[in-house]
Amino acid sequence: MNILLSIDISAKKFILSVGQVTLLTIKGLGGIFVPPFNLKLVSREVDNFGAGSLLLVDIIALFTGMVMALQTIYGLSIYGAEMYVGSVVSLSLVRELGPVLTSIMVGARVGSGIAAEIGSMQVTEQIDAMRALGASPIKKLVTPKMLAAMITLPLLTVTADIVGIFGGMIIALFELDIDRTFYINSVLTTIKISDLLSGIGKTVFFGLLISVIGCYFGLKTTGGTTGVGRSTTITVVTISISILISDFFLTKLFLIIF
Amino acid sequence: MSKVIIEFKDVYKSFNGLLVHNGITLSILEGEIISLLGGSGSGKSVLLKELIGLMKPDKGDIIVLENNVTQMNEDALIKLREHVGMLFQGAALFDSLTVFENIAYPLREHLRLTEKEIQERVAEKLHLVGLSGIGKKMPDELSGGMKKRVGLARAIATEPDIILYDEPTTGLDPMTAQRINDLIIELQRKLGITTIVVTHDLHCVKTVSDRIAMLHEGKIVAVGTWQELVTSNIQVVQDFISGNICV
Repeated sequence: MNILLSIDISAKKFILSVGQVTLLTIKGLGGIFVPPFNLKLVSREVDNFGAGSLLLVDIIALFTGMVMALQTIYGLSIYGAEMYVGSVVSLSLVRELGPVLTSIMVGARVGSGIAAEIGSMQVTEQIDAMRALGASPIKKLVTPKMLAAMITLPLLTVTADIVGIFGGMIIALFELDIDRTFYINSVLTTIKISDLLSGIGKTVFFGLLISVIGCYFGLKTTGGTTGVGRSTTITVVTISISILISDFFLTKLFLIIF
Repeated sequence: MSKVIIEFKDVYKSFNGLLVHNGITLSILEGEIISLLGGSGSGKSVLLKELIGLMKPDKGDIIVLENNVTQMNEDALIKLREHVGMLFQGAALFDSLTVFENIAYPLREHLRLTEKEIQERVAEKLHLVGLSGIGKKMPDELSGGMKKRVGLARAIATEPDIILYDEPTTGLDPMTAQRINDLIIELQRKLGITTIVVTHDLHCVKTVSDRIAMLHEGKIVAVGTWQELVTSNIQVVQDFISGNICV
């Protein structure tokens, strides 16, 4: 009986949270179209999300590309097809690994930062003060972060794709001694616009997901500094799981569209 | 006789089944300084937050400047808040903004002033709280007392009709606390602002209040001047004043 009761309570809490996140998303997106437009806030967030994550994302992408190339060469050599390493690495990176790894890395870095920033403001009554002073926390905090995340994540993914493919090329050059032009040509002939669009299209949604989840747990923070820590942890976990689950559905969707 | 500017009508509020307000009814007159006295957790700060619509009561009406706050949407509340300033317990300064930007914040949100006018207004308010020339400092460079005074400057920046103080002297040394008390009185005398002070600091209550309302177990159990409360025969009031109730 107790187990059923706790399942019932957990299910209700989950449904309530989904409803609140949806409402926050609608309000946040609505803020994009309602004046006054504060481009200064958005550019500050773009700088924080984009410039701050660039090195991290590219290091991860470089080594992912290199590892992918090593594994692909090993796998394809069984069939004597190792020359096609460029095609396999680039397709995997552009369609899947680039968007997902970039989003998870940025999600962990930026999502936790958002939750900590807004959570600290919540427990020190700065959110209340903002409302008391006549400003909307949605418009001032949530909307700029949403917009910034949806702009920067696709751009970061493009750089990650390029760096990852470059990492694969380094391994191909050293391990297989193939011609650089052959590798680049195999990449260019394999990747189609639809592959790029499906990969980058996902990241717009992932950006929205990262910013909304970070803002939601930040605004829900209670219980002082311990509460801020708790919000940060749950934000990273939720973002990672949400990206991986939604990736499946988005992949299906983009396969239908393109 | 002054008119009633704020009215709490049979207000109920509970958190997770714990009843905090159990039918609060209170009228506040224009231009007076009224203190809400009560122990920790008695719902004093919640009452202030309900007054400006940061929280909604479960039941009852709150009338502020002839507006029923409980029935207003966020846009209407934002308009109303232009007329109400609030000093938060921990000052709640925006720690990513300078002192100047903190005080300028409500001016930029509510009023259409030029940058020069904003600078003049901020300088004037900083002077009023005795902190001229600290506009470029960040909040983490300030002491607790200075933060409270900057919070006060921010709360009065738009020259509101009503000002709410949430524990203005808590955690301050006696000299700084007295300075804050003097400022509360000075602002009321100079600007005629209706003032609500939430506190359990009896010295603060005695020094600044025209009237005092005491909250106990979710109800207003006494309203009157300090003298009336001291001579009251209500046991809980006597216990609080003599320190028999744990605050």
